[in-house]
Amino acid sequence: MVNIKNVFKSYQNKPVIEDVTLEIERGKITSFIGPNGAGKSTLISMISRLIVRDEGQISIDGMDILSVKNNELAKKISILKQSNQINLKLTVRELVSFGRFPYSQGRLSKEDVAKIEEAIDYMELRDMQDKYLDELSGGQRQRAHIAMVIAQDTEYILLDEPLNNLDMRHSVSIMKTLRKLVDEMGKTIVIVIHDINFASCYSDNIVALKDGKIVKEGRTCDVIDKCVLKEIYDMDIEIKEIDNQRICVYF
Amino acid sequence: MAYKKRIIILAGIALLLALLYIFYDLSGNIDYILPRRITKVVTIILTGGAIAFATTLFMTVTNNRILTPSILGLDSLYLLIQTVIVFVFGSHTLAMMSGNTNFLISVGLMVLFTLILYHFLFKGENKSIYFLLLIGMILGTFFNSFSSFMQVLIDPNEFMIVQDKMFASINNVNSDLVGVSIILIVITMIFFIPYYKYLDVMALGKDQAINLGVPYDRIVKRLLIVVAVLISVSTALIGPITFLGLLVVNLAYELMKTYRHAYILLAAVLISIIALLGGQFIVEKIFTFSTTISVIINLIGGIYFIFLLLKENKSW
Repeated sequence: MVNIKNVFKSYQNKPVIEDVTLEIERGKITSFIGPNGAGKSTLISMISRLIVRDEGQISIDGMDILSVKNNELAKKISILKQSNQINLKLTVRELVSFGRFPYSQGRLSKEDVAKIEEAIDYMELRDMQDKYLDELSGGQRQRAHIAMVIAQDTEYILLDEPLNNLDMRHSVSIMKTLRKLVDEMGKTIVIVIHDINFASCYSDNIVALKDGKIVKEGRTCDVIDKCVLKEIYDMDIEIKEIDNQRICVYF
Repeated sequence: MAYKKRIIILAGIALLLALLYIFYDLSGNIDYILPRRITKVVTIILTGGAIAFATTLFMTVTNNRILTPSILGLDSLYLLIQTVIVFVFGSHTLAMMSGNTNFLISVGLMVLFTLILYHFLFKGENKSIYFLLLIGMILGTFFNSFSSFMQVLIDPNEFMIVQDKMFASINNVNSDLVGVSIILIVITMIFFIPYYKYLDVMALGKDQAINLGVPYDRIVKRLLIVVAVLISVSTALIGPITFLGLLVVNLAYELMKTYRHAYILLAAVLISIIALLGGQFIVEKIFTFSTTISVIINLIGGIYFIFLLLKENKSW
């Protein structure tokens, strides 16, 4: 379980996250939604210690993330950022192999190789495993990055806008994969996502943020609600129920 | 393995050039010429290796293939130290000072400067590496201006002595210094070994490195110390020649087409040695000492730099 307690963060005296307290449930998909500048990315970056919080406490399974050894934490939690600009000549397989670094420290064991194979198959990258990353399309590259996270084999997986720049087909396939990771492998996934319909259809819990504060958190069905969405986005959003899924109509 | 084959070819070329340099036209007083040539070859291997190594680390840490450690302002500081010595004590002091003293003072001050710089920059909340580079660049410019200011004031004859130091040259290296340099470089390498495994991961960028459990800030600081010592030693030994690093590391990346530092480091070091040996050979045998090696390196390096900029520009 990830516990966030009274966390603050500001950039140059401009508060980005103010007094956020949150518990992230194990074995579920939790989505962070909210308008631009709400602090979603900052919050997810603080959980993964890419950004150091100013005040408060963040702990994973009872351990404060800043007191755990870097390497141990890397076996527990992984993050995939929205901008994955890697300017190296890397093949898909090499990228996925990097996911084993916390375990192998650069020398791959038999177990590491097995995990890499597994991750490549899981993301169906077998036939392009020797292609260079810059030869791939956006969707394929995103799958390669997710394969790396799978190879890292952490219980907690954080993804910052994993659907950015992807078409519907790839978006759906990525979300289905995430769902599978949770349902079959028991992972805990936290995503920052802009499309509220994806959040509504695929996540168990939703945390809605606005101006650095939590507006509403809870089960998906409680957050995807006309009044709540009005408060977050200042927009009248109709909600239709189609096949037991709540779909927001905001066009 | 194609990589190993390329490394072996590079090593072969380097060895051939070294032998050619040592034994070409070996006549006259062999007892005098041979040790002198061997000293030069060892100096080239040391400085070439140190510069290539330091530049590779620096590019990995900064995640940028067109930055060289000269941006930290170390070469400018070296020139300032030399200028101050001449300005305050006169050129005869610089000439009289045993090579060891000047060398140790220069290396000591350069390393001290970097440590102070790092200490202040890494202490605060703002730990961005680009901020460090900016400060380095500003201080470098300041050192340069301050040096030129003093150079204008001193006697023209004294200025000649300083000018000698402004260009890298392997022609008058003191053999005592080579021994000291070897010791310093070996100590630095021993210090570096535990961090070697992080290099490939660091090249993925800060976020990925932290995600994969690299204690990022600590490693960056240690690697920058390694860079500073290597650059200081090579600069104090033959003079400012950091531009060479840009050339050889990029060539190494082009040639090896891999991200693995095991190969990149080796290839860069070997290419650097080849470039310096070849350059020195040309300086001695074709230009008969009428120019220095840094002029040739800067000419070729400059052309390559422009080529790099044009190429990167096109790929946008």
